[in-house]
Amino acid sequence: MKHIISLLMENEAGALSRVAGLFSARAYNIESLTVAPTEDATLSRMTIVTSGSEEVIEQIIKQLNKLVDVVKVLDLNDGRFIERELMLVKVKATGVFRDEMKRMCDIFRGRIIDVADGSYTIELTGSGSKLDAFLEALDNTAILETVRTGASGIGRGDRILKV
Amino acid sequence: MEDRTNQITGAEIVIRCLQEENVKFLFGYPGGAVLNIYDAIFKQDKFKHVLVRHEQAAVHAADAFSRATGDVGVALVTSGPGATNAITGIATAYMDSIPLVVISGQVPTPAIGMDAFQEVDMVGVTRPCVKHNFLIKDIKDIATTMKKAFYIASTGRPGPVVVDIPKDITAQFAEFEYPKSVEMRSYNPILKGHSGQIKKALKLMLEAKRPMIYSGGGAVLGDCSDELVKLTRRLGFPITNTLMGLGGYPATDKQFVGMPGMHGTYEANMSMQNCDVLIAIGSRFDDRVIGNTEHFYNKDRTIIHIDIDPSSISKRVKVDVPIVGHVQSVLTEMNELLDGEFKALTENKPDAGALKAWWKQIEEWRSKDCLSYTQSDEVIKPQFVIEKLWEVTKGEAFVTSDVGQHQMWAAQYYKFDKPRRWLNSGGLGTMGVGLPYAMGAQLAFPDAQVACVTGEGSIQMNIQELSTCKQFHLPIKVILLNNRYLGMVRQWQQFFYGNRYSESYMDSLPDFVKLAESYGHVGMLIEKPSDVESALKHAFSPELKERFVFMNFLTDPKENVFPMVPNGKGLSEMILSEEL
Ligand SMILES: Cc1ncc(C[n+]2csc(CCOP(=O)(O)OP(=O)(O)O)c2C)c(N)n1
Repeated sequence: MKHIISLLMENEAGALSRVAGLFSARAYNIESLTVAPTEDATLSRMTIVTSGSEEVIEQIIKQLNKLVDVVKVLDLNDGRFIERELMLVKVKATGVFRDEMKRMCDIFRGRIIDVADGSYTIELTGSGSKLDAFLEALDNTAILETVRTGASGIGRGDRILKV
Repeated sequence: MEDRTNQITGAEIVIRCLQEENVKFLFGYPGGAVLNIYDAIFKQDKFKHVLVRHEQAAVHAADAFSRATGDVGVALVTSGPGATNAITGIATAYMDSIPLVVISGQVPTPAIGMDAFQEVDMVGVTRPCVKHNFLIKDIKDIATTMKKAFYIASTGRPGPVVVDIPKDITAQFAEFEYPKSVEMRSYNPILKGHSGQIKKALKLMLEAKRPMIYSGGGAVLGDCSDELVKLTRRLGFPITNTLMGLGGYPATDKQFVGMPGMHGTYEANMSMQNCDVLIAIGSRFDDRVIGNTEHFYNKDRTIIHIDIDPSSISKRVKVDVPIVGHVQSVLTEMNELLDGEFKALTENKPDAGALKAWWKQIEEWRSKDCLSYTQSDEVIKPQFVIEKLWEVTKGEAFVTSDVGQHQMWAAQYYKFDKPRRWLNSGGLGTMGVGLPYAMGAQLAFPDAQVACVTGEGSIQMNIQELSTCKQFHLPIKVILLNNRYLGMVRQWQQFFYGNRYSESYMDSLPDFVKLAESYGHVGMLIEKPSDVESALKHAFSPELKERFVFMNFLTDPKENVFPMVPNGKGLSEMILSEEL
């Protein structure tokens, strides 16, 4: 099953490579991994999207906790949470595509953030599956380029990951 | 000019840190990037620097010092090739959870990333085989980093920590103050086990009909032998010690059923497989110990697992009652409960009748006498050498080994009654550790008997250390079981590759006696079974007490290690002897 794991770690050089190295050394899946400093500059927050059996996920959490630089680990799937990802898509916007793309963008509540003679760049946020759905809805030949940030996640309500 | 009163160099700070940590020996090898540190070593006399002949041996010797004493071992190597030579040593210590601090020199800060002479990304290279590592970027960080390194290495599940120090930083000046303690919000090892879990486990143990204790390297590293003996004797349970756990419980005691695993005893493996409550203490269900996990699975068996590392629990085998904590603390609590709160509960518990029946079964297994071998008048049997070694040293020696058949025979036939006496590479299985391990043990205990049981393949992997042994007057006794084969490889080729002995014959061996003598050591060649005992007695006699003795025993080239659980098979699928 897909799991979203959030973690806080010391904002030290090489911290990211410790996590990435752990996943490759133990052959765990990484679907996406995002990292950035938090409001406390000494801490980085990372969101890892991974998949595996319950046993594998349990091991992943334990192994992450074992990393000396990791302060806290939370499996967001243990409770209610919100997941968001940002995607930028450059699409053809010529002929029939010009109206079509605008319409699709509106349906998915995206925004056109750049307009050129032959193309639009659309910004879209949402869960990973919403972004997938958008791409599926587009005519494949119209997609010129896509870039996704990978998911960020946060617990709902009182679920707070903080030191 | 800057005011430098009270300031010392970065190199001197490194040395002061080691002194503050009461380091006794620093195993190392100099080179460009650590010249400042070596200069500071020259000017101090609080600890002794041991100059090895290869950096791999420096790390192994530091590792052995730690295995024998429980203190953190410390090694120092230069950048680039010095650092990469140390990797095998670091990985070996990592796999066996040995606390080490390895200091490596690095090219000067401005040169990092420039493909400078002797530059290697040590933090990157060692990341997968250290507990943690640091690159020091500011002289002001040296003291706290060193303090953290020793703290991280020695607490929780121990392991090696690398501290990489660029050369320019060791030349700068700063004031020195060693922190009294460290606190790290991201690192807080658990010590005490969960009381509820401990009680639950104890209840299960008291209810058990076919209990079995299986303790490993963690019990040795966690120094819980006294508590383990107390608990095991009091409950009357059978106990097995893994390769890494040997000596954790006295091997000559009747409750000890031998080592489990691939070359474990029949009785240990059958008990592991057929018990109803298995109490794992500082052991990790390694593939060499339990074989095939699916075969090992037994729905009628409840598993209790005590370990300091949560990630060791339910990793290969699903555990019913996990207890995360320091083995010593958990076993102490168990013993106290048995004397206190559980006293009433222990009446008629464990079930004496059931335990008796279980022991009867175990005795039946034991009566197979799976470690018996056919003695010969013609050719020296390796098992016989180890048996005699045990007798001659009265079971008191520190025994190191390399990797191969000789390692298994040493583990099977030398009955270790004390922990920290048996030093070998169980996890990584590193040929070449034997001699440097003996160096570390002998330096730690100058008056003790130290024997290095080795093979002619393994000993040649760090043979250059004969020179170090000469320089430091280390009276080690090398017990070379010379079968002229990479024996363990040959055994697998015989069993599983249709006798095709591909590259497993050790051709062109040196004359080991002359080789030893050329270093000023004593060399002995032993060819007849009838000479084994007298040669060993001579080597360990007062006359040669101060001497390094290299004993070249020409042993049976075709002898195999039994019992054997073939790779991927289950514990009860042992091959017991050649006839099968
Ligand atoms: C560094 C290293 N290389 C290769 C091996 C694989 N290996 C395991 S046992 C063995 C043979 C060891 O031969 P020897 O030291 O003569 O001991 P014997 O088995 O004959 O007792 C080999 C090559 C290893 N464990 N370590």
